Amino acid sequence: MENQQNTVMAIGTKKGLWLAQSRNRQDWTLSGPYFTTLEVPSVAIDTRGGRTRVFAGVNDWHWGPTVVHSDDLGATWSESEQGAVKFPEDTDTALARVWHIRPDTADRPGVVWAGCEPISVFKSTDDGENFELNRGLWDHPHRSQWGAGFGGAAVHSIVPNAGDPNVLHAAMSTGGVYRTTDGGASWEPKNQGIRVDFDPNPFPEFGQCVHHITADAGDPDRLYAQNHGGVYRTDNAGEEWTSIAEGLPADFGFVFLAHPRTPGTVWTIPLKAAEERNPVGGRLSVYRSTDAGASWEEQHQGLPEPDYNAVLRDAAAVDDHPEQVGVYFGTRGGEVFASPDEGGSFNTVARRLPDVLSVRAAVVVGG
Amino acid sequence: MHTITIEVPSVLATALGGNRRLEAHMPPGSSLGNLLDELGEAYPLFARRVRDERGQVRRFVNIFIGPDNIRALQGLDSPLPAGATVMIMQSVAGG
Repeated sequence: MENQQNTVMAIGTKKGLWLAQSRNRQDWTLSGPYFTTLEVPSVAIDTRGGRTRVFAGVNDWHWGPTVVHSDDLGATWSESEQGAVKFPEDTDTALARVWHIRPDTADRPGVVWAGCEPISVFKSTDDGENFELNRGLWDHPHRSQWGAGFGGAAVHSIVPNAGDPNVLHAAMSTGGVYRTTDGGASWEPKNQGIRVDFDPNPFPEFGQCVHHITADAGDPDRLYAQNHGGVYRTDNAGEEWTSIAEGLPADFGFVFLAHPRTPGTVWTIPLKAAEERNPVGGRLSVYRSTDAGASWEEQHQGLPEPDYNAVLRDAAAVDDHPEQVGVYFGTRGGEVFASPDEGGSFNTVARRLPDVLSVRAAVVVGG
Repeated sequence: MHTITIEVPSVLATALGGNRRLEAHMPPGSSLGNLLDELGEAYPLFARRVRDERGQVRRFVNIFIGPDNIRALQGLDSPLPAGATVMIMQSVAGG
Protein backbone atom coordinates (compact mmCIF):
# COMPACT_ATOMS: atom_id res chain seq x y z
CA MET A 1 0.00 0.00 0.00
CA GLU A 2 2.85 2.33 0.87
CA ASN A 3 4.25 1.98 -2.66
CA GLN A 4 1.07 3.35 -4.18
CA GLN A 5 1.10 6.40 -2.00
CA ASN A 6 2.96 9.61 -2.45
CA THR A 7 3.33 11.98 0.44
CA VAL A 8 3.54 15.61 -0.57
CA MET A 9 4.89 18.36 1.65
CA ALA A 10 4.64 22.09 1.02
CA ILE A 11 7.29 24.22 2.70
CA GLY A 12 6.81 27.97 2.76
CA THR A 13 9.80 30.05 3.77
CA LYS A 14 10.91 33.63 4.12
CA LYS A 15 12.28 33.46 0.59
CA GLY A 16 10.27 31.06 -1.49
CA LEU A 17 8.30 27.83 -1.54
CA TRP A 18 9.55 24.27 -1.86
CA LEU A 19 7.65 21.04 -2.38
CA ALA A 20 8.89 17.66 -1.18
CA GLN A 21 7.63 14.24 -2.22
CA SER A 22 8.28 10.78 -0.86
CA ARG A 23 7.00 7.25 -1.41
CA ASN A 24 8.10 6.01 1.98
CA ARG A 25 8.36 9.23 4.03
CA GLN A 26 12.03 8.46 4.60
CA ASP A 27 13.57 9.52 1.30
CA TRP A 28 12.44 12.88 0.00
CA THR A 29 12.76 14.64 -3.32
CA LEU A 30 12.75 18.40 -3.07
CA SER A 31 11.58 20.73 -5.84
CA GLY A 32 11.75 24.50 -5.95
CA PRO A 33 12.19 27.18 -5.07
CA TYR A 34 8.93 28.50 -6.38
CA PHE A 35 8.32 32.24 -5.96
CA THR A 36 11.99 32.82 -5.25
CA THR A 37 12.68 35.66 -2.83
CA LEU A 38 9.02 35.99 -1.91
CA GLU A 39 7.69 35.31 1.57
CA VAL A 40 5.31 32.35 1.87
CA PRO A 41 3.72 32.54 5.32
CA SER A 42 0.91 30.09 4.58
CA VAL A 43 0.47 26.87 2.63
CA ALA A 44 -2.27 24.25 2.43
CA ILE A 45 -2.82 20.97 0.61
CA ASP A 46 -6.42 20.21 -0.28
CA THR A 47 -7.00 16.59 -1.30
CA ARG A 48 -10.78 16.69 -1.32
CA GLY A 49 -12.61 15.57 -4.41
CA GLY A 50 -9.80 13.35 -5.63
CA ARG A 51 -7.63 16.29 -6.63
CA THR A 52 -4.50 17.63 -4.99
CA ARG A 53 -4.52 21.40 -4.83
CA VAL A 54 -1.55 23.12 -3.21
CA PHE A 55 -2.26 26.62 -1.93
CA ALA A 56 0.31 29.23 -1.07
CA GLY A 57 -0.16 32.63 0.46
CA VAL A 58 2.61 34.61 -1.22
CA ASN A 59 3.78 37.98 -0.04
CA ASP A 60 5.67 40.17 -2.47
CA TRP A 61 7.03 43.22 -0.70
CA HIS A 62 6.88 45.17 -3.95
CA TRP A 63 3.79 43.92 -5.71
CA GLY A 64 1.60 42.88 -2.80
CA PRO A 65 0.17 39.73 -1.21
CA THR A 66 -1.78 37.10 -3.08
CA VAL A 67 -3.01 33.50 -2.93
CA VAL A 68 -1.95 31.07 -5.63
CA HIS A 69 -2.70 27.41 -6.18
CA SER A 70 -1.36 24.52 -8.19
CA ASP A 71 -3.23 21.40 -9.25
CA ASP A 72 -0.14 19.71 -10.72
CA LEU A 73 2.26 19.73 -7.79
CA GLY A 74 3.97 22.93 -8.73
CA ALA A 75 4.32 22.52 -12.49
CA THR A 76 1.98 25.48 -12.97
CA TRP A 77 0.44 28.02 -10.62
CA SER A 78 -2.77 30.00 -10.93
CA GLU A 79 -4.25 32.98 -9.19
CA SER A 80 -7.45 34.89 -9.50
CA GLU A 81 -6.86 37.94 -11.70
CA GLN A 82 -9.05 40.04 -9.45
CA GLY A 83 -7.28 38.79 -6.32
CA ALA A 84 -8.50 35.77 -4.39
CA VAL A 85 -8.41 37.56 -1.04
CA LYS A 86 -9.15 41.26 -1.03
CA PHE A 87 -10.94 43.66 1.25
CA PRO A 88 -14.18 45.23 0.04
CA GLU A 89 -13.92 48.87 -0.96
CA ASP A 90 -16.03 50.14 1.94
CA THR A 91 -13.53 48.82 4.49
CA ASP A 92 -10.83 51.16 3.18
CA THR A 93 -8.37 48.42 4.07
CA ALA A 94 -5.68 46.61 2.14
CA LEU A 95 -4.65 43.01 2.65
CA ALA A 96 -1.23 42.82 4.29
CA ARG A 97 -0.58 39.09 4.51
CA VAL A 98 -2.39 35.74 4.33
CA TRP A 99 -1.30 33.94 7.49
CA HIS A 100 -3.34 30.78 7.35
CA ILE A 101 -5.17 28.75 4.68
CA ARG A 102 -7.50 26.04 5.90
CA PRO A 103 -9.57 23.73 3.68
CA ASP A 104 -12.77 22.77 5.50
CA THR A 105 -13.87 19.20 6.21
CA ALA A 106 -14.36 16.58 3.50
CA ASP A 107 -18.13 16.86 3.62
CA ARG A 108 -18.00 20.60 2.83
CA PRO A 109 -16.51 20.56 -0.65
CA GLY A 110 -15.23 23.82 -2.02
CA VAL A 111 -15.06 25.57 1.32
CA VAL A 112 -11.65 27.03 2.18
CA TRP A 113 -10.85 29.52 4.93
CA ALA A 114 -8.15 32.15 5.12
CA GLY A 115 -6.89 33.94 8.21
CA CYS A 116 -5.36 37.29 7.35
CA GLU A 117 -3.64 40.45 8.43
CA PRO A 118 -5.12 42.84 9.38
CA ILE A 119 -7.20 40.65 11.71
CA SER A 120 -9.80 39.01 9.48
CA VAL A 121 -11.36 35.76 8.35
CA PHE A 122 -12.18 35.10 4.72
CA LYS A 123 -14.28 32.25 3.30
CA SER A 124 -14.21 30.68 -0.14
CA THR A 125 -16.95 28.41 -1.43
CA ASP A 126 -15.32 27.81 -4.82
CA ASP A 127 -12.21 25.82 -3.89
CA GLY A 128 -10.18 28.88 -3.01
CA GLU A 129 -10.60 30.78 -6.26
CA ASN A 130 -12.32 33.71 -4.54
CA PHE A 131 -12.71 34.55 -0.87
CA GLU A 132 -15.23 36.77 0.88
CA LEU A 133 -14.59 38.79 4.02
CA ASN A 134 -16.44 37.58 7.11
CA ARG A 135 -18.28 40.70 8.17
CA GLY A 136 -19.25 39.43 11.59
CA LEU A 137 -15.66 39.38 12.78
CA TRP A 138 -14.62 42.42 10.76
CA ASP A 139 -17.34 44.56 12.37
CA HIS A 140 -16.81 43.12 15.84
CA PRO A 141 -17.05 45.76 18.61
CA HIS A 142 -13.81 44.49 20.15
CA ARG A 143 -11.81 45.29 17.02
CA SER A 144 -10.41 48.58 18.25
CA GLN A 145 -9.07 46.81 21.35
CA TRP A 146 -7.30 43.98 19.55
CA GLY A 147 -3.56 44.37 19.36
CA ALA A 148 -0.69 43.20 17.24
CA GLY A 149 1.71 40.44 18.11
CA PHE A 150 5.32 40.82 17.11
CA GLY A 151 4.63 39.40 13.65
CA GLY A 152 1.58 41.55 13.02
CA ALA A 153 -2.13 41.61 13.84
CA ALA A 154 -3.71 38.60 12.23
CA VAL A 155 -6.04 35.65 12.47
CA HIS A 156 -3.61 32.74 12.38
CA SER A 157 -5.76 29.74 13.30
CA ILE A 158 -9.15 28.74 11.93
CA VAL A 159 -10.76 25.55 13.19
CA PRO A 160 -13.96 24.39 11.49
CA ASN A 161 -16.22 22.24 13.62
CA ALA A 162 -16.51 18.70 12.27
CA GLY A 163 -20.04 18.30 13.59
CA ASP A 164 -21.64 21.63 12.78
CA PRO A 165 -20.84 23.85 9.79
CA ASN A 166 -22.13 26.89 11.65
CA VAL A 167 -19.52 26.56 14.38
CA LEU A 168 -16.03 27.89 13.84
CA HIS A 169 -13.21 28.91 16.15
CA ALA A 170 -10.68 31.52 15.13
CA ALA A 171 -7.62 32.69 17.03
CA MET A 172 -5.75 35.93 16.69
CA SER A 173 -2.71 37.61 18.09
CA THR A 174 -3.49 39.54 20.05
CA GLY A 175 -7.14 39.08 20.77
CA GLY A 176 -7.46 35.46 21.74
CA VAL A 177 -9.96 32.82 20.72
CA TYR A 178 -13.33 33.71 19.24
CA ARG A 179 -16.20 31.39 18.37
CA THR A 180 -19.16 31.69 16.08
CA THR A 181 -22.16 29.38 16.30
CA ASP A 182 -24.17 31.02 13.54
CA GLY A 183 -21.95 30.59 10.55
CA GLY A 184 -19.90 33.71 11.18
CA ALA A 185 -22.68 36.25 11.67
CA SER A 186 -21.59 36.86 15.25
CA TRP A 187 -18.52 35.99 17.31
CA GLU A 188 -17.89 35.72 21.03
CA PRO A 189 -14.56 35.68 22.86
CA LYS A 190 -13.82 32.29 24.44
CA ASN A 191 -10.76 32.77 26.61
CA GLN A 192 -11.85 32.03 30.15
CA GLY A 193 -8.94 30.43 31.97
CA ILE A 194 -6.22 31.54 29.57
CA ARG A 195 -3.77 33.65 31.51
CA VAL A 196 -1.87 36.65 30.22
CA ASP A 197 1.28 38.09 31.72
CA PHE A 198 1.26 41.43 29.94
CA ASP A 199 -1.88 42.96 31.41
CA PRO A 200 -2.81 44.00 34.95
CA ASN A 201 -5.77 41.63 34.68
CA PRO A 202 -4.31 38.12 34.30
CA PHE A 203 -7.59 36.67 32.99
CA PRO A 204 -9.20 39.20 30.65
CA GLU A 205 -12.27 38.35 28.60
CA PHE A 206 -10.17 38.77 25.45
CA GLY A 207 -6.79 40.12 24.42
CA GLN A 208 -4.79 36.93 24.91
CA CYS A 209 -1.81 36.27 22.70
CA VAL A 210 -2.79 32.80 21.66
CA HIS A 211 -0.33 31.34 19.18
CA HIS A 212 -2.20 28.37 17.77
CA ILE A 213 -5.36 26.34 18.31
CA THR A 214 -6.50 23.00 16.99
CA ALA A 215 -9.30 20.52 17.62
CA ASP A 216 -9.19 16.98 18.94
CA ALA A 217 -9.98 14.14 16.55
CA GLY A 218 -12.62 12.63 18.79
CA ASP A 219 -14.62 15.63 19.93
CA PRO A 220 -15.03 18.90 18.03
CA ASP A 221 -15.71 20.68 21.32
CA ARG A 222 -12.31 19.65 22.68
CA LEU A 223 -9.70 22.12 21.55
CA TYR A 224 -6.10 22.84 22.43
CA ALA A 225 -4.26 26.14 22.56
CA GLN A 226 -0.58 26.95 22.59
CA ASN A 227 -0.54 30.36 24.14
CA HIS A 228 2.19 32.97 24.52
CA GLY A 229 3.02 31.37 27.84
CA GLY A 230 0.64 28.52 28.64
CA VAL A 231 -0.68 25.35 27.05
CA TYR A 232 -4.40 24.77 27.42
CA ARG A 233 -7.30 22.47 26.64
CA THR A 234 -11.02 23.07 26.60
CA ASP A 235 -13.62 20.33 26.66
CA ASN A 236 -16.57 22.60 26.06
CA ALA A 237 -15.76 24.50 22.87
CA GLY A 238 -13.87 27.25 24.65
CA GLU A 239 -16.23 27.99 27.53
CA GLU A 240 -13.40 27.20 29.92
CA TRP A 241 -9.73 26.40 29.38
CA THR A 242 -7.48 24.48 31.77
CA SER A 243 -3.72 24.22 31.76
CA ILE A 244 -2.12 21.09 30.36
CA ALA A 245 1.43 22.43 30.57
CA GLU A 246 2.54 20.14 33.40
CA GLY A 247 5.12 17.72 32.12
CA LEU A 248 6.44 20.02 29.41
CA PRO A 249 9.89 21.63 29.74
CA ALA A 250 8.40 25.04 28.87
CA ASP A 251 4.95 26.45 28.30
CA PHE A 252 5.92 28.83 25.51
CA GLY A 253 5.76 27.84 21.86
CA PHE A 254 3.98 28.43 18.61
CA VAL A 255 2.60 25.15 17.29
CA PHE A 256 0.03 22.61 18.33
CA LEU A 257 -0.92 19.54 16.32
CA ALA A 258 -3.71 17.02 16.74
CA HIS A 259 -3.89 13.50 15.37
CA PRO A 260 -6.46 13.37 12.57
CA ARG A 261 -8.08 10.15 13.85
CA THR A 262 -6.94 9.22 17.35
CA PRO A 263 -8.68 11.14 20.13
CA GLY A 264 -6.40 12.65 22.73
CA THR A 265 -3.19 12.40 20.71
CA VAL A 266 -1.51 15.76 20.22
CA TRP A 267 1.95 17.28 19.76
CA THR A 268 3.61 20.54 20.70
CA ILE A 269 7.14 21.91 20.42
CA PRO A 270 8.06 23.82 23.58
CA LEU A 271 10.37 26.80 23.43
CA LYS A 272 12.05 28.51 26.30
CA ALA A 273 10.12 31.51 27.55
CA ALA A 274 9.20 34.60 25.69
CA GLU A 275 12.59 36.20 26.04
CA GLU A 276 14.60 33.44 24.38
CA ARG A 277 12.20 31.61 22.09
CA ASN A 278 14.39 28.67 21.26
CA PRO A 279 14.43 24.99 22.23
CA VAL A 280 15.06 24.54 25.93
CA GLY A 281 18.78 24.02 26.48
CA GLY A 282 19.29 23.78 22.74
CA ARG A 283 17.48 20.44 22.67
CA LEU A 284 14.96 20.52 19.85
CA SER A 285 12.20 18.06 20.70
CA VAL A 286 8.60 17.35 19.97
CA TYR A 287 6.36 16.44 22.88
CA ARG A 288 3.46 14.06 22.39
CA SER A 289 0.52 13.36 24.60
CA THR A 290 -1.82 10.43 24.08
CA ASP A 291 -4.14 11.42 26.91
CA ALA A 292 -5.22 14.90 25.86
CA GLY A 293 -2.40 16.64 27.65
CA ALA A 294 -2.57 14.85 31.00
CA SER A 295 0.97 13.60 30.40
CA TRP A 296 3.71 14.19 27.85
CA GLU A 297 6.54 12.19 26.33
CA GLU A 298 9.58 13.66 24.60
CA GLN A 299 10.23 12.68 20.97
CA HIS A 300 13.77 13.50 19.94
CA GLN A 301 15.16 10.62 17.89
CA GLY A 302 16.74 11.88 14.69
CA LEU A 303 16.66 15.55 15.64
CA PRO A 304 19.90 17.56 15.80
CA GLU A 305 21.46 18.76 19.00
CA PRO A 306 22.14 21.45 19.80
CA ASP A 307 19.63 23.47 17.83
CA TYR A 308 18.63 26.96 18.86
CA ASN A 309 16.07 27.65 16.15
CA ALA A 310 12.40 28.25 16.86
CA VAL A 311 9.52 26.54 15.09
CA LEU A 312 6.91 29.07 14.04
CA ARG A 313 3.17 28.76 14.37
CA ASP A 314 2.24 27.38 10.95
CA ALA A 315 5.54 25.57 10.37
CA ALA A 316 4.35 22.20 11.62
CA ALA A 317 1.81 19.69 10.39
CA VAL A 318 0.55 16.14 10.46
CA ASP A 319 -0.42 14.16 7.39
CA ASP A 320 -3.40 11.84 6.99
CA HIS A 321 -1.58 8.56 6.43
CA PRO A 322 -4.03 5.67 6.95
CA GLU A 323 -1.62 3.61 9.04
CA GLN A 324 0.82 5.79 10.97
CA VAL A 325 0.41 9.52 10.82
CA GLY A 326 3.43 11.59 9.82
CA VAL A 327 4.64 14.57 11.84
CA TYR A 328 6.47 17.41 10.09
CA PHE A 329 8.04 20.69 11.03
CA GLY A 330 10.55 23.26 9.85
CA THR A 331 12.74 25.62 11.83
CA ARG A 332 13.87 29.20 11.48
CA GLY A 333 17.25 27.71 10.69
CA GLY A 334 15.85 26.32 7.46
CA GLU A 335 15.80 22.65 8.37
CA VAL A 336 12.74 20.50 7.74
CA PHE A 337 12.08 17.24 9.55
CA ALA A 338 9.64 14.41 8.92
CA SER A 339 8.54 11.54 11.10
CA PRO A 340 6.77 8.60 9.43
CA ASP A 341 5.84 7.04 12.77
CA GLU A 342 3.92 9.65 14.71
CA GLY A 343 7.04 11.28 16.08
CA GLY A 344 8.89 8.12 17.05
CA SER A 345 11.80 9.09 14.85
CA PHE A 346 12.59 11.96 12.51
CA ASN A 347 14.52 12.21 9.28
CA THR A 348 15.79 15.35 7.62
CA VAL A 349 13.93 16.50 4.53
CA ALA A 350 15.86 19.71 3.82
CA ARG A 351 18.72 21.72 5.21
CA ARG A 352 19.72 25.37 4.94
CA LEU A 353 16.52 26.66 3.44
CA PRO A 354 15.46 30.19 4.39
CA ASP A 355 13.46 30.52 7.64
CA VAL A 356 10.59 28.05 7.45
CA LEU A 357 7.25 29.78 7.97
CA SER A 358 4.69 27.19 6.92
CA VAL A 359 4.54 23.42 6.46
CA ARG A 360 1.74 21.11 5.37
CA ALA A 361 1.76 17.47 4.26
CA ALA A 362 -0.75 15.09 2.76
CA VAL A 363 -0.86 11.58 1.40
CA VAL A 364 -1.79 11.45 -2.26
CA VAL A 365 -2.85 8.07 -3.57
CA GLY A 366 -1.42 7.44 -7.01
CA GLY A 367 0.44 10.73 -7.01
CA MET B 1 -6.07 61.90 -27.72
CA HIS B 2 -2.61 61.92 -26.21
CA THR B 3 -0.31 58.99 -26.62
CA ILE B 4 1.22 57.82 -23.36
CA THR B 5 3.97 55.19 -23.18
CA ILE B 6 4.02 52.81 -20.23
CA GLU B 7 7.15 50.91 -19.34
CA VAL B 8 7.30 48.18 -16.69
CA PRO B 9 9.99 45.82 -15.37
CA SER B 10 10.13 42.27 -16.64
CA VAL B 11 8.46 40.88 -13.50
CA LEU B 12 5.34 42.88 -14.34
CA ALA B 13 5.26 42.09 -18.06
CA THR B 14 3.20 38.90 -17.65
CA ALA B 15 0.52 40.85 -15.82
CA LEU B 16 0.52 43.39 -18.65
CA GLY B 17 -0.22 40.91 -21.41
CA GLY B 18 3.42 40.07 -21.93
CA ASN B 19 4.36 43.69 -22.64
CA ARG B 20 7.21 45.59 -21.09
CA ARG B 21 6.26 48.62 -23.13
CA LEU B 22 2.76 49.66 -24.07
CA GLU B 23 1.11 52.70 -25.62
CA ALA B 24 -2.18 54.08 -24.37
CA HIS B 25 -4.30 56.84 -25.81
CA MET B 26 -5.78 59.14 -23.22
CA PRO B 27 -7.95 62.26 -23.49
CA PRO B 28 -6.17 65.55 -22.80
CA GLY B 29 -6.25 66.37 -19.11
CA SER B 30 -6.05 62.77 -17.99
CA SER B 31 -4.26 61.94 -14.78
CA LEU B 32 -2.05 59.03 -13.85
CA GLY B 33 -4.98 57.62 -11.89
CA ASN B 34 -7.12 57.71 -15.03
CA LEU B 35 -4.42 55.82 -16.92
CA LEU B 36 -4.08 53.14 -14.23
CA ASP B 37 -7.86 52.77 -14.07
CA GLU B 38 -8.00 52.18 -17.80
CA LEU B 39 -5.12 49.73 -17.78
CA GLY B 40 -6.76 47.95 -14.84
CA GLU B 41 -9.88 47.28 -16.91
CA ALA B 42 -7.83 45.35 -19.45
CA TYR B 43 -5.23 43.96 -17.05
CA PRO B 44 -6.72 43.44 -13.57
CA LEU B 45 -3.73 41.46 -12.35
CA PHE B 46 -1.44 44.34 -13.31
CA ALA B 47 -3.73 46.75 -11.51
CA ARG B 48 -3.52 44.99 -8.18
CA ARG B 49 0.20 44.49 -8.44
CA VAL B 50 0.64 48.25 -8.66
CA ARG B 51 -2.18 49.40 -6.36
CA ASP B 52 -3.87 47.89 -3.33
CA GLU B 53 -7.61 47.48 -2.73
CA ARG B 54 -7.85 51.11 -1.65
CA GLY B 55 -6.46 52.20 -4.98
CA GLN B 56 -3.23 53.42 -3.41
CA VAL B 57 0.09 52.82 -5.09
CA ARG B 58 1.89 50.10 -3.13
CA ARG B 59 4.54 51.32 -0.75
CA PHE B 60 7.52 49.84 -2.56
CA VAL B 61 6.35 50.67 -6.07
CA ASN B 62 7.71 53.78 -7.71
CA ILE B 63 6.04 55.47 -10.66
CA PHE B 64 7.77 58.12 -12.73
CA ILE B 65 6.24 60.49 -15.23
CA GLY B 66 9.23 61.38 -17.32
CA PRO B 67 12.04 61.91 -14.79
CA ASP B 68 9.76 62.74 -11.86
CA ASN B 69 8.56 60.39 -9.13
CA ILE B 70 4.84 60.91 -8.72
CA ARG B 71 5.32 61.18 -4.95
CA ALA B 72 7.06 64.47 -5.69
CA LEU B 73 4.23 65.49 -8.01
CA GLN B 74 0.55 65.04 -7.25
CA GLY B 75 0.49 61.31 -6.81
CA LEU B 76 -2.31 59.65 -8.72
CA ASP B 77 -3.68 63.08 -9.59
CA SER B 78 -0.51 63.95 -11.48
CA PRO B 79 -1.40 65.14 -15.00
CA LEU B 80 -0.09 63.27 -18.03
CA PRO B 81 1.48 65.57 -20.60
CA ALA B 82 1.11 64.62 -24.26
CA GLY B 83 3.75 62.10 -25.23
CA ALA B 84 4.68 61.32 -21.62
CA THR B 85 6.44 58.14 -20.62
CA VAL B 86 5.19 56.50 -17.43
CA MET B 87 7.76 54.20 -15.92
CA ILE B 88 6.74 51.78 -13.16
CA MET B 89 9.54 50.28 -11.09
CA GLN B 90 10.06 48.42 -7.85
CA SER B 91 11.89 50.42 -5.24
CA VAL B 92 15.10 49.32 -3.60
CA ALA B 93 13.72 47.37 -0.66
CA GLY B 94 14.08 44.00 0.96
CA GLY B 95 16.96 41.92 2.20
